[in-house]
Amino acid sequence: MKTAAEYVEQVLTKHVNEPNCHTLDFYVKNEKGYEALRKALTMKPSDIVDEVKKSNLRGRGGAGFPTGMKWSFMPAKPVDANGNSKPKYMVCNADEGEPGTFKDRLLMTKTPHKMIEGMIIACHAIESNKGFIYIRGEFHKEIRIVQKAIDEAKAAGFLGKNIMGTGFDCEMIIYKGAGAYICGEETALLNSLEGKRGEPRLKPPFPAQVGAYGMPSCVNNVETFAAVPYIINEGAEKYASFGIEKAGGTRLYCVSGHVNKPGVYELPMTMTLREVIEVAGGVRTGHTIKAVIPGGASCPMLRADEIDVKMDYDSLAKAGTMSGSGGVIVLDETVNIVEAVYVLLKFYEHESCGQCTQCREGSHWLARMFKRILDGGGNTDDLDYVAKICGNMAGQTICAFADAVTGPALSSVKKFRSEFEDLIRNGGLHPDKGMASSHAKEGAHV
Amino acid sequence: MALSQQIQNTINGIRGDFPTTQALLIPLLLEIQEEQNWVSTESMQGAADFLQLPLSKVREVASFYTMLKLEPIGKVNLQFCVNISCWLNGAEKLMACAEKRLGVHCGETTKDGKYTISEVECLASCGTAPVVQINQDYYENIDVPKLNELLDQAEKDLAQNRPVGKSTQVPGVWP
Repeated sequence: MKTAAEYVEQVLTKHVNEPNCHTLDFYVKNEKGYEALRKALTMKPSDIVDEVKKSNLRGRGGAGFPTGMKWSFMPAKPVDANGNSKPKYMVCNADEGEPGTFKDRLLMTKTPHKMIEGMIIACHAIESNKGFIYIRGEFHKEIRIVQKAIDEAKAAGFLGKNIMGTGFDCEMIIYKGAGAYICGEETALLNSLEGKRGEPRLKPPFPAQVGAYGMPSCVNNVETFAAVPYIINEGAEKYASFGIEKAGGTRLYCVSGHVNKPGVYELPMTMTLREVIEVAGGVRTGHTIKAVIPGGASCPMLRADEIDVKMDYDSLAKAGTMSGSGGVIVLDETVNIVEAVYVLLKFYEHESCGQCTQCREGSHWLARMFKRILDGGGNTDDLDYVAKICGNMAGQTICAFADAVTGPALSSVKKFRSEFEDLIRNGGLHPDKGMASSHAKEGAHV
Repeated sequence: MALSQQIQNTINGIRGDFPTTQALLIPLLLEIQEEQNWVSTESMQGAADFLQLPLSKVREVASFYTMLKLEPIGKVNLQFCVNISCWLNGAEKLMACAEKRLGVHCGETTKDGKYTISEVECLASCGTAPVVQINQDYYENIDVPKLNELLDQAEKDLAQNRPVGKSTQVPGVWP
């Protein structure tokens, strides 16, 4: 079995297992630290945007929007109603919270300077002098590490006033979240950054017109920023060559659940889902795969016979699911699908922000229906109701959260209908069979 | 209730970072949570006075975010991730074990005010599941014996008035 490094150059994670890899010294000595910034500051902002466009880098947060294109949406010289020029802001989305995804936390802990350098370059590209890094409040250590990295970069003259004597100023501010999954949605994040409830905004206006504090803003994911220094150093063509036609570069896949070696693996998007799982040591020994969620909890699940799909954005979309944030969750044959999806739905029920009726009520209904089926109170009409409720949710709300809820709910009913019917026929999940109940019982005896 | 001088200084120190006053609200509420272990109505009034915002604005924000507690919690906040990857790796077992040992259910605080057990949403530690967060610290790849060790340690730290789950060191090699 080949390791990740044998498949593709480790653009982001080459050094993550070495001691002190989070320090500026290490970054400068081993990873050409801040050389890309030096080069980028000699380039015209529009040339950087073109270079990133050429690299085919697509957003790594979940939606997969082309990064260069997003940057090019930023107005060149925004002015307010009185003709005074307005500031522009770069925002880093470090609110990682999609169940099954843990790559941004790795990057922030192990190579924070890559993200910061990428972000300074991005600031130069959109001609902004201020960046906000929105980090989850639960990430106490990560916040400390990133703050230390910012301080180091500032002391070395890579941040602050007149960077490397070029006259370019840039400052970076960390903003702590306070515990809300929805703040990973970019407009909810902007509201939270303004000190408000993290409720998504209706678009348009898009953040490039009215973003943080009413100013033009651009929001990108940690992994997206971390890829930028490589693109500037080694050229867009080289980065693009690791990927496919419309999506360049490597991706971080977070493999978790029932696999032998869970972890973050940097791999090319040309691989199939089955190969990705094999790099992570395959399904745990002695078991077989039942289902796989290919891109974080929001993605529709795939059956074991569907995992020969390629891992790029478009192939997964064709297979009826999403590449999402790269969180591959493997479920083996011991898992009851209804129970697993109920775990996901409980999460969504808790995290719906409550703005839109369809999502607020729908996520509750779905969770309660799944619970009822598990407890033996379900009937076959329920399965049609799941489809009906989902139909009223997806695409009907301000943000994509409702679509995310329907992903696992609808796909599980469609692909594992017999498991639901078994539970309905047999009066629910037998107390000894469910993972939760058996674990809970085991726990109570220790 | 007026805010402590320390909190006022911290918030005044970051005023220049943000274009609006309201942006300081979440950092301020997090500071209050950290100092008092909860956000009381009096603290909300203090925050409203300090930032010159209507109390309703403070309340609507304080009630939105999970990390801001509107009731006092224990000195040791045991947070179990029960999301899919941790669940697949036995998070419910850990939860049941802690509930039995401390004699309270998830969401409750022990009578002596020492421990609170709560569920926390995905902590981005799925590769090292299951994970428990004790106050600010992560403990990964936890099983029942390790959980018991952690609780023993917390008990000792509490008895000697040492801070629990607030180590400041940078984590070692991860994952």
